[in-house]
Amino acid sequence: MKWKNLIKVAFKSIIKNKMRTLLTMLGIIIGVAAVIVMVAIGKGAEKRIQDQIASMGTNLITIFPGSMQSRGVRMGPDSGVRLTLDDVERLKKNATLIQAVSPMVRSGAQLIGGSGNWNSSVWGVSEQYLEIRDWPLSSGEFFSAADIRAQNKVCIIGQTIVKNLFAGEDPVGQQLRVGKIPFRIIGVLEEKGQGAFGQDQDDLLIAPYTTVLYRMSGRVHVNQILVRVVSLEQMSQAQAEITSIMRDAHKIAEGADDDFTVRNQTDIAATAQENIMLVSVTERTHEIGIRMAIGARSRDILVQFLIEAIVLSLSGGLIGVLLGFLATWVVNMATDWNTVIVPANVLLSFGFAGAVGVFFGYYPARKAAALNPIEALRYE
Amino acid sequence: MSDDRAVIRTDQIRKTYDSGEVQVEALKGIDLRIDPGELVAIMGASGSGKSTLLNILGCLDYPSGGEYFLDGIHVNGLDRDQLADIRNRKIGFVFQGFNLLARTTAFENVELPLLYSRLQDSSNVEQLTRQALERVGLADRTHHFPNQLSGGQQQRVAIARALVNQPAIILADEPTGNLDTRTSIEIMATLQELNRQGITVILVTHEHDIADYCKRIIEFRDGRIIRDEVVARPRDAAQDLVSGRWQASGLGERQ
Repeated sequence: MKWKNLIKVAFKSIIKNKMRTLLTMLGIIIGVAAVIVMVAIGKGAEKRIQDQIASMGTNLITIFPGSMQSRGVRMGPDSGVRLTLDDVERLKKNATLIQAVSPMVRSGAQLIGGSGNWNSSVWGVSEQYLEIRDWPLSSGEFFSAADIRAQNKVCIIGQTIVKNLFAGEDPVGQQLRVGKIPFRIIGVLEEKGQGAFGQDQDDLLIAPYTTVLYRMSGRVHVNQILVRVVSLEQMSQAQAEITSIMRDAHKIAEGADDDFTVRNQTDIAATAQENIMLVSVTERTHEIGIRMAIGARSRDILVQFLIEAIVLSLSGGLIGVLLGFLATWVVNMATDWNTVIVPANVLLSFGFAGAVGVFFGYYPARKAAALNPIEALRYE
Repeated sequence: MSDDRAVIRTDQIRKTYDSGEVQVEALKGIDLRIDPGELVAIMGASGSGKSTLLNILGCLDYPSGGEYFLDGIHVNGLDRDQLADIRNRKIGFVFQGFNLLARTTAFENVELPLLYSRLQDSSNVEQLTRQALERVGLADRTHHFPNQLSGGQQQRVAIARALVNQPAIILADEPTGNLDTRTSIEIMATLQELNRQGITVILVTHEHDIADYCKRIIEFRDGRIIRDEVVARPRDAAQDLVSGRWQASGLGERQ
């Protein structure tokens, strides 16, 4: 592609995906601003904020695949070792502090039924999922362990699907084609509303994980494992127990790093950020697949993503510097704390955030552009 | 180059998937010849290898063995950039899930292959894009976003995108798989019309109702071709839409 066109495509992509652009920039803005303020006012406030976040915890633990460490660099969703149903079984059998466990298999499909068709997320989970998530049904019933054993084609749908396909009627008992497979709707979830990042949490279909794995996706690995711990007081013991069971299951030698991540929901902000990152990487891998399928060369893709990443990082970094100055000034006015802005720190945080931004924008693109088009297209 | 007029010629194409200890042979030596102007349906159960073959023909995936000639070009020896150019100029691919760029208008989706083309003189990009959209009957929907279009309209945008670069062949993987019966027949009418205008089309489907609109049916089982026959009198989708016969004849019934 010609340079002029590449720049055009890159800028279009930035402008069109406002939410993604904002979120990407937000990370950099907050990062830069926070570094400036923190360095200026010292570490005093940091501890208090952490305590506050910890108090919001729930007794939900999520296990992710791969070697993502809390502050480490996160590779694509497929880079690491995968989680399997065997892991789930071992947790069920060996963990003592667990109240409920569910694998989570994420997929997506065109739903055909009711008054038309609709594209939605499909989650394969166990019969304990609602208990884990504390999410009631508004009508019908949830599937049972027997449905899971039999890989029954039954599903629970969210309110968004009800609105779009079954407006004004009772969906329970009706047929719904998920991709090519006919399912029977047995229940409807209560409305959950928008998520922390504006995503629609009601636009989903829940089915037995066995059905999703064996009848739909043909995969054998699961995306996540969700665990509800018996009580909030036992979170850290539970986390340690899960880690040791998982290390056993994956035959990890003493001293070697985990090939999975056990994370409790107290770190809500961080998790949400990770998820956004994951969604954005997966969505963009699929987009790269489309672009390759219609004839983009690897270089075309890389240049486009590099331009996007640089533009976002630079503008995000600049806004961050301004915010940092502003916040420092406010602190200075409002308190008697001594604040000093060190120019070297400003430059350093700007440079660092910029580098991180460019890396996260460019690296997944480079990985995706090295795939076969058909592999990139499979990310959904 | 060869003076062979075939659009597609394959010689013992194989594809083996290596998943750890087990090797799965998805294609066990496919010999195929497709001439200009054909409208071919590839049928078979899921896992029979039909989509694998289509992906290889579309240069989205690579064969494990065998030779592939597309429009006289020996595809096997090409590097990644050359394959990208082949996908851009010689092939128009239509997917079951449409695969349009989200938050991007119909016009911009269709225009994209032209922008990636290295040959294209940028002065007529707009004209070619408009023509492609007109050919699929969407001249009045150019500035709609995919989520403002019905499934059938989205698929027609995808078809316009596939034909905008005047490819040698259009490959469609279950193009009607996500659509209801009437819309499916509309899509088949569009493909039949394009075929009448001289475009070669290969589509993969598992529905006999859809294959009945094609001039030739190739059936796959376990990675091999088990049937390859010419259809004496293919159904006419446009006529079926007018007569509504698809409803009466039970064509509309699916599970």
